[in-house]
Amino acid sequence: MATAGEFSAEEFTCVVERHRPQIFRFLLASTRDVDLAETLTQECFLKAHRNWGRFRGDSSAMTWLMRIAINLQKDHWRNRRMQFWRHTQSNSVDLDEASEWLPSGESSAEKQLLAREQVQRVWESVKGLSERQRTVFLLRYVEERELSEIAQATGLSEGTVKAHLSRALGRVRAELGGKR
Amino acid sequence: MSGMERLAGKREEVEGAAELDAGEPVDAALEEALTNFRMSVHAWSDAALSRPRTAAQVVRHRSWRLAVGWALAAVLMVGGLSGGMFERHQRIERERIAAAARLAEQQKAIREQQAMDENDLLAAVDSDVSREVPNAMEPLAQLGAEGAK
Repeated sequence: MATAGEFSAEEFTCVVERHRPQIFRFLLASTRDVDLAETLTQECFLKAHRNWGRFRGDSSAMTWLMRIAINLQKDHWRNRRMQFWRHTQSNSVDLDEASEWLPSGESSAEKQLLAREQVQRVWESVKGLSERQRTVFLLRYVEERELSEIAQATGLSEGTVKAHLSRALGRVRAELGGKR
Repeated sequence: MSGMERLAGKREEVEGAAELDAGEPVDAALEEALTNFRMSVHAWSDAALSRPRTAAQVVRHRSWRLAVGWALAAVLMVGGLSGGMFERHQRIERERIAAAARLAEQQKAIREQQAMDENDLLAAVDSDVSREVPNAMEPLAQLGAEGAK
């Protein structure tokens, strides 16, 4: 007979397998650094594992994990600011490199070029967003989360989430419109 | 580019779900840009997740470390020995200087003692000679004194 601890471990393994890609993707989009995103993803699941017993299921496991990931990412940037004079190097890839990943499929070369340009402009807009706006924007338009989920994960009200999204979208629109 | 094939099928699904927020008028270009951005991030993430990971083998040069260890031990031993010898030499030197100083001090004290003894003897003789004049010589001494007047 499986003990409670063993059952919990099995359950947690399923959670990791199911949600790891999304958490990693969100952290990758936030940091543009593959190694850092992997490290933060590991930390996220480590933290989740330690606190798994305290997870009450008020929100979905995904929202709970996303909340941990957002906090880790915030801590990371805060520490980076503190360590500015000690370590200024960043491993984030530049926007050109990030825009290299394009939808291909049946698209023509011209369409691909256009898509690449659009993706680069969106990356530029995202780079200019505040930390909170960027988080909300990525959760909505990359992870396709509902506003209520974003509100739970960020600890903001839905109204505030909408306001951040509106500003972020305005920036993207300006970037796309201004350089077209 | 890996992960791109999967995107072709995923595109329709994502495009269908590209519902932007209520109250935000969204033009086709913005919607298309956001869809491309989403798919680009998904492709990048999928490729990064499925990339092969190489574990670097850490080669430990044990013999080199052993040699360094022995050399360090030898240096420490030689340092300790020479330090001890130097310390011993210094101690002997200090003792020799202290003994010489003590001897000089003793000799000085002896010389002072001798000088004091001689002075006392001379003073005693002088006192004896000058103060105790024999009675028989007293008139002659008075005469000498009057003559001097």
